[in-house]
Amino acid sequence: MARRRSVSSVGLEELVAAKEILISCGSGGVGKTTAAATIGAMAATHHGGKVLVLTVDPAKRLANALGLERFGNTETRVPEAAFEAAGVSPRGELWAAMLDTKQSWDDLIVRHAPDVPTRDAILSNPLYQNLTGKFIQSHDYVAMERLYEIHTSGRYDLIVVDTPPTRNAIDFLDAPERMADFFSSRLLRWLIAPYRSRVIGFASKPFYTVADRILGSQFLSDIAEFFILFQSMYDGFVERARAVEKLLGSSMTSFVVVSTLEAAPAHEANAFMELLDERKLHLGALVLNKVLPASMLDRPAAAAAADLSARRDEIAESLASLIGSDPNLARVLGVIGENFTNFAVVAKREAEQRSEMARLPDTVVSVPEMEHDVSDLRGLLEIGGHLWR
Amino acid sequence: MASANSTAVVPLLDRRLIFVTGKGGVGKTTVASALALLASQEGRRTLVCEVDSKGNLDGFFGSKPLEFAPTQVAPNLFAMAMDTEESLREYLKLQLKLPLISRLGPLARTFDFVATAAPGVKEILTVGKLAWEVKERHYDLVVVDATATGHVVGQLASPVAMSELVSVGIVRQQTEWMIQLLTDPAITGVVVVTTPEEMPVNETLELIERLGTETTIDIAGVIANRVLPEVFNRAEEAIFDDLDTDRGRTALTEAVGVGSDIVMDAARLAISLRRSRSEHLDRLRRELPKDMPLSYVPYLFTRSHGVRTTRQVAEFLGQELL
Repeated sequence: MARRRSVSSVGLEELVAAKEILISCGSGGVGKTTAAATIGAMAATHHGGKVLVLTVDPAKRLANALGLERFGNTETRVPEAAFEAAGVSPRGELWAAMLDTKQSWDDLIVRHAPDVPTRDAILSNPLYQNLTGKFIQSHDYVAMERLYEIHTSGRYDLIVVDTPPTRNAIDFLDAPERMADFFSSRLLRWLIAPYRSRVIGFASKPFYTVADRILGSQFLSDIAEFFILFQSMYDGFVERARAVEKLLGSSMTSFVVVSTLEAAPAHEANAFMELLDERKLHLGALVLNKVLPASMLDRPAAAAAADLSARRDEIAESLASLIGSDPNLARVLGVIGENFTNFAVVAKREAEQRSEMARLPDTVVSVPEMEHDVSDLRGLLEIGGHLWR
Repeated sequence: MASANSTAVVPLLDRRLIFVTGKGGVGKTTVASALALLASQEGRRTLVCEVDSKGNLDGFFGSKPLEFAPTQVAPNLFAMAMDTEESLREYLKLQLKLPLISRLGPLARTFDFVATAAPGVKEILTVGKLAWEVKERHYDLVVVDATATGHVVGQLASPVAMSELVSVGIVRQQTEWMIQLLTDPAITGVVVVTTPEEMPVNETLELIERLGTETTIDIAGVIANRVLPEVFNRAEEAIFDDLDTDRGRTALTEAVGVGSDIVMDAARLAISLRRSRSEHLDRLRRELPKDMPLSYVPYLFTRSHGVRTTRQVAEFLGQELL
């Protein structure tokens, strides 16, 4: 991967124009979903073509910003009216879809199941229902699977994916691999063997005795049934997992890491960027959100702020002729000075964090702290202005 | 603390197991560390555990990287990182009293991989280990830096989900005492951390509703983190408005130099940030159940992310909670 020492001044425009899949990732709460929606909106507005924003986040916030009442597993076009309201006429179409984990799993089973009885048995297995309904790791796999399915359909010029809020971004990358490993595991076959043959070999008998004691035989047989059924779809799953992996590593795909400059998200973003680098996956850009304005580092401003705090009484007196003398004036001047000094401390820390994070990505863009949360397309496009530059 | 009905509410630090959750990025780990530090300073033998595999809790205590075996990070204070495989090993050793651990190699591996796909196994190994520490009274208090709002319900509900899946056997018996311990408000409480911003407040309110409908675990309170201080009172703001005019700004530039415009912009930014955030805070206060304790931690203008911050937040929490 080409590495530029200095932070590039080029924004995301080039990257977005060159790729078919952009994956927005980062820890929770850093503005990942907003970044994905923004990239999609900007691409549809300025580059044209058909653009899909695929969000996996269970929080249904993207819908609001895109002017959609609500959208589900089906792809929905963002109405032209939403763009008109934002004062732009887009060159292309913007579509959005949300990942319904349960529905996507069901679709997957329907597609891969060899026959109707197997399909129905899986869909009604209690383990399957738990896996898809309640637990989180399953988001990762279906998100990747769905991305693959949509990409191969050729319906879109660009797909922007908002990754699920995994505990760990790595889980997300590993999901296809893990799923393939899982199904090809010898251990799995060993576990389900007695349930398949109803004969327990001498060697494995203690194992099942222990497993039975811990889990109870009903649970074990539920597990076994589930895996026996799932094995019938083995080839389909493994093949898919490999294809998804390949797609993630191809030159069509790039990752956009989103973070703030606070310690925890930055730590995670750094770890993730290193991992992408290690795996030779394309790190397209780093988007930094909620960044304080660069002017907070301004030296003359720091001097003026210090001066205001130190000579507040004197300056208040000199201003009295202009805005009237008020006992509170000196205090206000002092607070104005201290406020800047406070922000400057944080801005300095942020700048250090930023230069540390800028080592790996080709492009780093900063988005300032917004006074209001983004609630419409206009807001997204405003952020887009910061990303594009 | 804004508690309308304080007799019904168990004081936070009197509980024995506290799960700290919140939307990602609101400062869950900061608050969990600070709560644990505060409790340890109050003389409680405290364990703080990070559950996410992010692995940065050590930074909040300036300690070495944390492991499954607790590390002492301050007087009375121990910290650990959850590892479900280790948890399973410990469980097998303690609970089943199995003599031949060596023969369990394949079993452990099977567990690990069943855990990858089978529902709730990882969650229950996590919650189970923590509940075990409480049950055995190894600590006076266990503080959990839990998963974010999206997943914490699944984590907390895992013993119930597990007991529905497994109808007999040792796991079934295990879930029974866990459920008992988790649903006793005198023992277990959830703390939801938020910041005064739109999405975190929305998620906090949603989570509280979900916890109420999907679990019977008590919510011990909400902590609003990074609350910006009020910049000016009304009279002062009127003066500021007079200063923030062409005439005022010109005069300020004459007095303190060319940097004054940026300094004024920064003050304007602080005022508008504070204003939009108070709206969210007001909404939070309005929409929370009436007797739900709500505490505040101010935004810290600090150069530190580490131990210093933890101490400062603990101090603020002490003022709110003690």
